[in-house]
Amino acid sequence: MKSKGKPSVILVVLLILTIVGLFLASKFLDSYKIRIITLSGIYVTLGLSMNLINGFTGMFSLGHAGFMAIGAYTVGILTMPISMKEMNFFMQPIVPCLANVEWGFLPALLAAGIVAGLAGFLIGAPVLRLTDDYLAIATLGFAEIIRVVFTNTQSLTNGALGLKGIPNYTNIWWSWGVAFVTIWFMAFLIRGSYGKAFLAIKEDEVAARSMGINLFKHKVMSFSFGSFFAGVAGGLLAALLGTIDPNMFRITLTFNILLIVVLGGLGNIGGTVVSAVVVTVMMEALRFLDESINLGFIQLKGIPGMRMVVFSMILILVVLIKREGLPGKTKRV
Amino acid sequence: MKRKLGLLLIVLVLLLSSQIGYGQKADEVIKIGVFEPMTGANAAGGEMTVEGIELAREIKGEVLGRKVEIIVVDNKSDKVEAANAVSRLIEKDKVVAIIGSYGSSLSMAAGDIVKKAEVPAVGCSPTNPLVTLNNDYYFRVCFIDPFQGTVMARYAVNELGAKTAAVIQDVTQDYSVGLSKYFIDAFRELTGDRNSIVEVSAYNTGDQDFTAQLTNVKNKKPDIIFAPGNYGESALLIRQARDLGIDVPFLGGDTWEAPEFLAIGGEAVEGAVFSTHFTAEAPVTEESGVFLDAYRNKFGKEANAFAALGYDAYMVILDVIEKAGSVDSQAIRNGLAKVKGFVGATGIITLDQNGDAVKSAVINKVDGAKFVYLTTVEPD
Amino acid sequence: MGDFSILFQHLANGISLGSLYALIAIGYTMVYGILRLINFAHGDIFMLGVYITFYGILYTPIPWWLVFLIAPTITGFIGLLLEKIAYKPLREAPRTTILISAIGASFFLQNLGIVIFGGRPRAFPVPRILNRVIKLGGVSINVVAFIIPTVTVLLLVGLNYFINKTKTGMAMRALAKDYETASLMGIDVNKIISITFFLGSFLAAVGGIMWGARYPQLMPLMGTMPGLKSFIAAVIGGIGNITGAVIGGFILGLGEIMLVALLPRLTGYRDAFAFVLLIIILLVKPSGIMGDKITEKV
Repeated sequence: MKSKGKPSVILVVLLILTIVGLFLASKFLDSYKIRIITLSGIYVTLGLSMNLINGFTGMFSLGHAGFMAIGAYTVGILTMPISMKEMNFFMQPIVPCLANVEWGFLPALLAAGIVAGLAGFLIGAPVLRLTDDYLAIATLGFAEIIRVVFTNTQSLTNGALGLKGIPNYTNIWWSWGVAFVTIWFMAFLIRGSYGKAFLAIKEDEVAARSMGINLFKHKVMSFSFGSFFAGVAGGLLAALLGTIDPNMFRITLTFNILLIVVLGGLGNIGGTVVSAVVVTVMMEALRFLDESINLGFIQLKGIPGMRMVVFSMILILVVLIKREGLPGKTKRV
Repeated sequence: MKRKLGLLLIVLVLLLSSQIGYGQKADEVIKIGVFEPMTGANAAGGEMTVEGIELAREIKGEVLGRKVEIIVVDNKSDKVEAANAVSRLIEKDKVVAIIGSYGSSLSMAAGDIVKKAEVPAVGCSPTNPLVTLNNDYYFRVCFIDPFQGTVMARYAVNELGAKTAAVIQDVTQDYSVGLSKYFIDAFRELTGDRNSIVEVSAYNTGDQDFTAQLTNVKNKKPDIIFAPGNYGESALLIRQARDLGIDVPFLGGDTWEAPEFLAIGGEAVEGAVFSTHFTAEAPVTEESGVFLDAYRNKFGKEANAFAALGYDAYMVILDVIEKAGSVDSQAIRNGLAKVKGFVGATGIITLDQNGDAVKSAVINKVDGAKFVYLTTVEPD
Repeated sequence: MGDFSILFQHLANGISLGSLYALIAIGYTMVYGILRLINFAHGDIFMLGVYITFYGILYTPIPWWLVFLIAPTITGFIGLLLEKIAYKPLREAPRTTILISAIGASFFLQNLGIVIFGGRPRAFPVPRILNRVIKLGGVSINVVAFIIPTVTVLLLVGLNYFINKTKTGMAMRALAKDYETASLMGIDVNKIISITFFLGSFLAAVGGIMWGARYPQLMPLMGTMPGLKSFIAAVIGGIGNITGAVIGGFILGLGEIMLVALLPRLTGYRDAFAFVLLIIILLVKPSGIMGDKITEKV
């Protein structure tokens, strides 16, 4: 996948095939399937953005839910019709400077990415000095802080009541369009000198530093880019659902994305794309595990939650089986 | 590698269209979808509601000479899942109407989908005003937070003679924040005193230690404490308050009506007062009696408000289908918009122009480890 | 209620909460000290400990005080098993891999909890003897709130003795100091790691029982927040250091209570406090209060 000289013909063919596939899907499938495909696109972006941070530079960040929240709220607040805002903020009016804005989707999405990326930069700059597990817990902490802050700043986010009536701009084209931009950007980044530096950092931080690679700059950059795309994906999700609240952005959301990244292989673009689609589809297809099964002669009562047990087992199994396929940086001390 | 990926993608799309393919036959069964939280933070509420819906179907399993089937889908107390679940009910199961969900935020996640698909949804207990707002396809058989908050403020001032109150809210729960706000407004107005709310404190869902907040509250010596929230957290909160020597009455909302509230709270929650939709003790209508007996027979225990609301949501839909003589979603919607004076288990239900039920609230009290009926409060 | 008694009440609340964090933090810190692994599943082991106690008291004829001993032992073995299944095969793998495995294990235990125990909260059966309130002047304290710090301090003393004076303890310290060398010196690495996980999980269950007695609500997801906060306590105290973990627990518990006491306007932000504190500590003194200076090994 990495460092093949020119963009191969296969890639172009693949792209065209997918576009045709999406076109056919949007023409002939029902809204439920389209919704799942759309959601898959969002998860592709999320998986890739986490992979940029966790897979390529070998840092371990668990802050994705927080950056998604930032992006989702940015899109929500910016795109909501003015009258809708008034209705939403019936407990405490929204801060005046945001009450009368109503942006288009594209600028709002970009803003979502930029705000999230900026937050990533501000957060990343101090904490990226930390090593793997400390970084994991610190970024997780940041995501939690963001959630708590959004819960409490009622005149900005409407607090726990959440936002309702965000225009449903997200469709199959937006979600997969963004996914393709992300894929392209990642491929571009990996092939360039930045990618080499990222890889070097992942393989051996100390050696990379002695080779003259500015560790800090590269880490912050990959972190900010990752946050940018997480923010955009969060914005897409907000416009898909039409409603958001701070409780959506809990640690479990980050875990879902982590599952995608691990299944797809850390640092593997194609793998991430496939695993994002597989996980999203399976999440729906495996619903039968929760439901009652009628075998004709006996009715097996469904156990709600079985689906998630299966998923977490898969996560552990994958880690155990392909431990070498999960490249990381430091061998244990 | 790439070719394999492409193949995989195509296979997946195929899988998507076949695997989750339709199981619908052109039979005569009428399908009603239910999306409720069966796991996650709101599991208890979802479970209780589904009990009521299933009971209702057992009692009245046929309409227009056709069998009714209910399809229950777990929304995991998660917004994305809730949206997927409802979409699935509409597209894959081809339901004509939808019931759900406990938890206003989950109902809101379904809002846009039912609106777009033009399939009506009836909420059992989502009390956030935003749920039905600007949505002609969302209805509910319960009252909303502004009413509930006012009811408790009135009770505190008129019945308990309270002059000051402290409020402890769960800032992560929309209904807790909403109820608190309306309680505070009404309490101030009723007492005619801006300073009658002596303390407003907060906590988060999942918190277990409230001693710091309570110590602050104790210091302000309020006449009553209004603390709407999940029954688990609320029970712990009241327990800790009693340990700290706070002996003033605790007031709350409909979420307290769960056996776990009594089990976790123990002796500490004795005397706690809350507003709810329904009581097993004072059957408001003839239908209540039918429901209560049936529930007792099936589950061997007293019914709760959520089961009763689930029951009513189902019955309202069937009643509308019967009157319209059609199972067309549009016809059901139009029928729902006109529901007036429907005799349900939880009272007489009339849906207003927003699709919200205008109906009385019941005030219950914990007495002898049981919920005891105190009074009924009529809507304005 | 005078100002002083309010202050004392807050202090009492803080110490009681802090000692709970401390109890759970000890297990975290022990595992980290030896394996350099954040055992994300520690909070869920804690949850299992509470549920096992719950079932033991309600569904077996065993007296509650005996259950209080048996349940942590069972939980200890579960912890040991967890290490064998999810961590041991990855001992030579990159650190992130083990971390992901730990997250997966945590996720698995939570969802298994939902399937087995159900999503609805349960009430922990608090023995009557523990459920009394003592009044000292204007300060009311639950008996449990007295017992918890006592148990914590006793365990701390016992553990310190174990680690510093016994042979196994010495092996543990050696392993924590230098894994490779220790294993070359003939220390049975697997055995020591097993013992560490057993002890850590045992202590998590003890913490869980105390937690249940103080906050008698059981939920499959109840371990997440206490787990994270206890980990933070361990970092504050200097991860790998048992005394540090206890001190960190007290700092965190008192800090959370005092935030509400002194800045009542910020009560809604209480859950963020621990994380803010964590990040400050990580930036200012990553080695924590009692920790050694961490040097990067090349």
